[in-house]
Amino acid sequence: MVPKRHSLDAVIVGAGVVGAACAYYAGRSGLRVAVVDRGPVAGGTTGAGEGNLLVSDKEAGPELDLALLSTRLWRDLAHVLPPEIEYEPKGGLVVAPDEAALTALRAFAEEQRKAGVRAREIAPDRLYDLEPHLAPGLAGGFLYPQDAQVQPAQAAAQLLRAARQFGAEVHLDQEVKDVLTGPDGRVRGVRTPQGDLLAPAVVNAAGTWGGEVAALAGTSLPVLPRRGFVLVTEPLPRLVRHKVYAADYIADVASGSAALQSSAVVEGTAAGPVLIGATRERVGFDRALSTEALRRLAAQAAALFPVLTGVRAIRTYHGFRPYLPDHLPAIGPDPRVPGLLHACGHEGAGIGLAPATGLLLASALRGERTALDLRPFRPDRFAGEEHDGEYERGAGR
Amino acid sequence: MTKVYESEDGSAASRPDPDRPSRKAVSLRGASSPAALVRATPGPAFDLTFDGRTITALPGQSIAAALWAAGILSWRTTRAGGEPRGAFCGIGACYDCLATVNGRPNQRACLVAARPGDAITTQEGTGHADLAV
Repeated sequence: MVPKRHSLDAVIVGAGVVGAACAYYAGRSGLRVAVVDRGPVAGGTTGAGEGNLLVSDKEAGPELDLALLSTRLWRDLAHVLPPEIEYEPKGGLVVAPDEAALTALRAFAEEQRKAGVRAREIAPDRLYDLEPHLAPGLAGGFLYPQDAQVQPAQAAAQLLRAARQFGAEVHLDQEVKDVLTGPDGRVRGVRTPQGDLLAPAVVNAAGTWGGEVAALAGTSLPVLPRRGFVLVTEPLPRLVRHKVYAADYIADVASGSAALQSSAVVEGTAAGPVLIGATRERVGFDRALSTEALRRLAAQAAALFPVLTGVRAIRTYHGFRPYLPDHLPAIGPDPRVPGLLHACGHEGAGIGLAPATGLLLASALRGERTALDLRPFRPDRFAGEEHDGEYERGAGR
Repeated sequence: MTKVYESEDGSAASRPDPDRPSRKAVSLRGASSPAALVRATPGPAFDLTFDGRTITALPGQSIAAALWAAGILSWRTTRAGGEPRGAFCGIGACYDCLATVNGRPNQRACLVAARPGDAITTQEGTGHADLAV
């Protein structure tokens, strides 16, 4: 490796959307950073996502605060980044199949409103003005105008491109084999087969593989993979206007169960295909196709939008959400290893939460006050906890 | 408006007469035809329609081959610019040759075998314009 003329302030491990956002905000604040990834940009969970920027599925609390901050930042980024990121502030529509679900949704939305979410109840007969193809007989729903969408791989790539304009280096196809520490225990960089990248700070933005990077630094982070499938239809004209999902999706997201859970989240894309997510199951890094998961997704999507029974699903993709036991990401300095910071474990919300994570991380790198309290995201909050062994199975992808 | 692109010799005179096999379909069985070169002995030709016009096909022929044999090179328009498209790779990989077959859009004409009475129609865009909201 060519010796660096300028010294780095931080090395960011991971070229997914979170690593890219960290590089962007750190670079923008004047820090000199390098992003290193063993694969391509968006080669892990980012490239396997749907690009959800949701506040609607988050209960009031620290993750919702992060999502609300991100919602504002994405709106700003949409003006700065090129149109290829396909930012669409389309709004989310959560529908309740029956009165019981509607009552629960109403209480959920009320708490969200207190936290700053905009949510508007939609009477059953008005649902069809918003989504003409919705199934008949729904009890009602809530419209969340702050929900939005991006093309996740493009979003990561364009954030990185913008970061490079702030001076960030990007090293792809270079696997971090070790996190280097000095005699005082402080982090001093990373080692790759292509050479060492030296910096006083290392940011673990390795997503689902964040536990491995933590281990290289001599500490632990219990990131578990939570598999999800997405069904892709043939290209269609605009048929679904919002992000539409049934209220039971919220319970699925918040669940810690390892068993297969599915609830259809249906959305159109700029290119035409309709995307149908989302399943959740903890099966390690098993990449095998699950026809059961796909069958359930298709049936649930068709129950929401009967028109979909007449169109074809042409492909499917899947990925592994980086899941931490309390469903909150790890963001900020790791007090166990000076110089190590984490920005991973965002589960299925990483695209949405990336800008806020990057902004907070940049402040943390600079030793400045962060826009949100980082304590709920402390990386060492699991220290001493037993985890269930699934993580050990999860080597490699 | 659908534009139907035809080969240079797709003049009115060479268009198939609905009541008898077209010259091109007959020529498939001529001395130097692909069928003759492989000594194929296909069954009798049958009729199908393209945008309402009758063309003929041989048993086993793909829809794309039957359309080409009738001098028809385009049977789809693109979603973004309405550009004409027909068979490109011919082996099911490129998805350029999508057609609406018996009312079902997005069928790869190069893979779907022609059947008697098939109604092939030019696919405009996604072929699902009726679903737009």
